[in-house]
Amino acid sequence: MGVLENRFPDNVFFSTADSIINWSRKSSLWPETFGIACCAIEMISAGCSRYDLDRMGVVFRPSPRQSDVMIIAGTVTKKFAPVVRRLYDQMPEPRWVVAMGTCAISGGVYNTYAVVQGSELIVPVDVHVPGCPPRPEALIHGLLLLQEKIMRTHVLRKEPEQAATQA
Amino acid sequence: MLMLLDYLPIFLMVAAAIGLCLFILAAGSLLRPSNPYPEKNRPYECGVDHTGEASGGLFRVHYFVVAILFVVFDVEAMFLFPWAVVLQDIGFIGYLEMFVFIFLLLVGFAYAWIKGALEWES
Repeated sequence: MGVLENRFPDNVFFSTADSIINWSRKSSLWPETFGIACCAIEMISAGCSRYDLDRMGVVFRPSPRQSDVMIIAGTVTKKFAPVVRRLYDQMPEPRWVVAMGTCAISGGVYNTYAVVQGSELIVPVDVHVPGCPPRPEALIHGLLLLQEKIMRTHVLRKEPEQAATQA
Repeated sequence: MLMLLDYLPIFLMVAAAIGLCLFILAAGSLLRPSNPYPEKNRPYECGVDHTGEASGGLFRVHYFVVAILFVVFDVEAMFLFPWAVVLQDIGFIGYLEMFVFIFLLLVGFAYAWIKGALEWES
């Protein structure tokens, strides 16, 4: 982990520093340009001018090296699951995952031998966006929820349970 | 000395740019999570195993010859533009000298061609 991460007490100085760091992280969520199935069409629509994800700092990047959010937009087949996992591994940290649509959440209607029954099985998912496919508004809501989650992260401050054991 | 003082704003700007870069890199290295592991460090190839002759990081030496030839003709084109601009002033000798220059390059090009530098399949 980082040099300064989770090392400082929960006081006004470090909570302010954390809120600045978290604000900068949540304001530049860069998802991978990565669409697996029909949900990707809604994801593209959310990124284009009518729904305009750019205004929240969500800009699609063509490489996992430059991105920090993975939007799993579609059915994850077992053949494709290793690729999803590797793309997740190749993102720099901190990184987050949004499972978009019923297929990515639970396999959806594809309860078959070939489909991963939920992307939670291969990558740690932060936000589930239900729908088949979810409308762009739903994806935007999911990303706003992710931003709320990021704002609650302890970066410099110790984690609450960490502080409790040491007190 | 006065000349150097005139450049002071430029030196200050360069110093500020370098200082800002160092500050940002230092702040980033202190704040970011550092968690390298083999799967994260492997080359990015759209999530699949990389294949093909260049996947090991080795390129054909042919690329070198093609690059040299490109540079040669690039420089030739670079000479041609100023030559064309001042063609009125340099007279007939200047006009002929460019043909001598191009001829010398063409000799080199013909040599490379005859030696098989442009043959891709071996």
